[in-house]
Amino acid sequence: MKGIGASPGIAISKAYVLKHQNIEISTKEIQDIQSEVSRLKEAIKVSSIQIGEIKEKAIKELGEEEAKIFDAHLMILDDPEYTGQIEQIINNDKIAADNATNQVTEQFVAIFGSMDDEYMKERAADISDVGSRLIRNILGVKSQNLSEINEDVIIIAKDLTPSDTAQMNKERVQGFATDIGGRTSHTAIMARSLEIPAVLGLKDITSKAQEGDIIILDGLTGEVIVNPDKTTLKQYEDKKNEYENFRKELEELKDLHAETKDGHLVELVGNIGTPNDIEGVHRNGGQGVGLYRTEFLYMDSHEMPSEEKQYDAYKKVVEGMENMPIIIRTLDIGGDKKLPYLQLDDELNPFLGLRAIRLCFAEKDLFKTQLRAILRASAHGKALIMFPMISNIEEVRQAKVILEECKSELDTEQIAYDKEIKVGIMVEIPSAAVCADIIAKEVDFFSIGTNDLCQYTLAVDRMNENVSYLYQPFNPAILRLVKNVIDASHAHKGKFTGMCGEMAGEPLAALILLGLGLDEFSMSASSIPQIKKIIRSVTLKEAQEIAKKALDLATADEVKQMVQLELNKLNIEIV
Amino acid sequence: MISKEITILNATGLHARPASMFVQEAGKYKSEINIIKGDKRINAKSIMGIMAGGLSKDTVITIETDGDDEQAALDALVGLVESKFGEE
Repeated sequence: MKGIGASPGIAISKAYVLKHQNIEISTKEIQDIQSEVSRLKEAIKVSSIQIGEIKEKAIKELGEEEAKIFDAHLMILDDPEYTGQIEQIINNDKIAADNATNQVTEQFVAIFGSMDDEYMKERAADISDVGSRLIRNILGVKSQNLSEINEDVIIIAKDLTPSDTAQMNKERVQGFATDIGGRTSHTAIMARSLEIPAVLGLKDITSKAQEGDIIILDGLTGEVIVNPDKTTLKQYEDKKNEYENFRKELEELKDLHAETKDGHLVELVGNIGTPNDIEGVHRNGGQGVGLYRTEFLYMDSHEMPSEEKQYDAYKKVVEGMENMPIIIRTLDIGGDKKLPYLQLDDELNPFLGLRAIRLCFAEKDLFKTQLRAILRASAHGKALIMFPMISNIEEVRQAKVILEECKSELDTEQIAYDKEIKVGIMVEIPSAAVCADIIAKEVDFFSIGTNDLCQYTLAVDRMNENVSYLYQPFNPAILRLVKNVIDASHAHKGKFTGMCGEMAGEPLAALILLGLGLDEFSMSASSIPQIKKIIRSVTLKEAQEIAKKALDLATADEVKQMVQLELNKLNIEIV
Repeated sequence: MISKEITILNATGLHARPASMFVQEAGKYKSEINIIKGDKRINAKSIMGIMAGGLSKDTVITIETDGDDEQAALDALVGLVESKFGEE
């Protein structure tokens, strides 16, 4: 079977089938209304105690922030409209408490699920989680207790709810395989943060796998095999060992420099979205943060985050990285990223519209709040500021004027900040890449955002299946722009160029970028060890030769073939 | 029964945190409390009712309280909306 590989790694273990839906709702007409109502009330009490307990466990194991979801569950359980409607239809329609609860829950799930707002859509899952708990308690059906798992298992479920993942015994769970869910679902996010291999969206794994079946799950390819034959089992056991050895080998690189054989040093740093992500950067031996995406702070919030709230988050990152450099990107919202509390007009062409720095200029107060918070955090470590979506030098100047305004405000208020704070831009618009030599005079560094740079340069929407084949980071046009940007920064002493797009973590691109002179590679923390391994296997001169060849090739495919050949010659293995 | 018409001023509207603040405040009073928006009546003690109510910024609503502590309830809830729920 094939699903969506949502968290890498290979798991081979017994199936533990989680059955939430094996509940028979009674559809009979009832006689004793009073006793149904008291069954409901009793179940509400029990559910409330259970959720309280899960919340405590979640606070301990996952932290306050992750546990907040259970406060929402308690509020739903307390909602007079919800429980009131259930009671009402028990009375009016003479139906059993479980049936009534099921009907009302489904109604609310449908209302919230159809809303046009991501936040509200997510609430549908919470309501459904609370509803099924209530029904189980009405029926006295014990839910499977995932905290009691005491052997190694792969959990098979339709989907996993926050209650499930909070409760489960994380020591013994080797993998997840579910019917529904994608890469951004709750289950996927939990699996990645717990580093448990997961394959989601298998459609009918719950009917294909039985309790106790042997399951093979490959979280990288999305492959799942139920009851494999001996040969297949052996094959995957080998693959699992190989993968684990490879991870181990990479782990050993953790404390070594990202240095070529002839002593040329580059910086390998991580991309992060929240303060929690710095743990992964440390674990993988990252030497700093090349891209801190601050928009998550805004997107995960239900109101404009205050200066204090932002300051707390930035300070946490800056302090957490212990004097290593942190490049904080100012708000990059608009395009496909929206905020529930900021009304933006629908645009015909959002990717060419009011987004990122353009939006910040239009909403100057919002921009200044963020800049003040970043400046204040810079007093606690080494922060750098980066402006996204810069298309010309005037925007750089304008952004710097606003930054200066914030600095002098802080001066007047006698609040500390790093007076030498470095300022750079994302290079993701072709005009900025072409004119990098002009812009270089105004900035301390560049960071190339290859995802958008490719989209804009090649005029291709990579989410559009009909044209996504044109999305080619290895296209010579992109490589030449990258070279132009790097050269422009190196014309000034002390200025540097980094890259924070996906290409920076792409093993095939590493030697080209190294050869072009890229100073800093910023990527998902988990890619750092592999890129480090590649960099440590060559000399700068070899990489320069490869880069030079790449620039003269005609197509992206030719570039990739050439690099693969060179990697083979150098005996560098990539996964 | 008493009531008062008021405009929602905070940027987020009665969404997420402000919605739960509103419900928690309403829950402190014995009175029956409703929010009226157009021809819709929403139970002010219901988090789901309020969140599903589409009460965004600049929506004009009437808060209606009925019971022994109706005046205190109305004052407190109107005050909460006017304070923009502590948002700037």
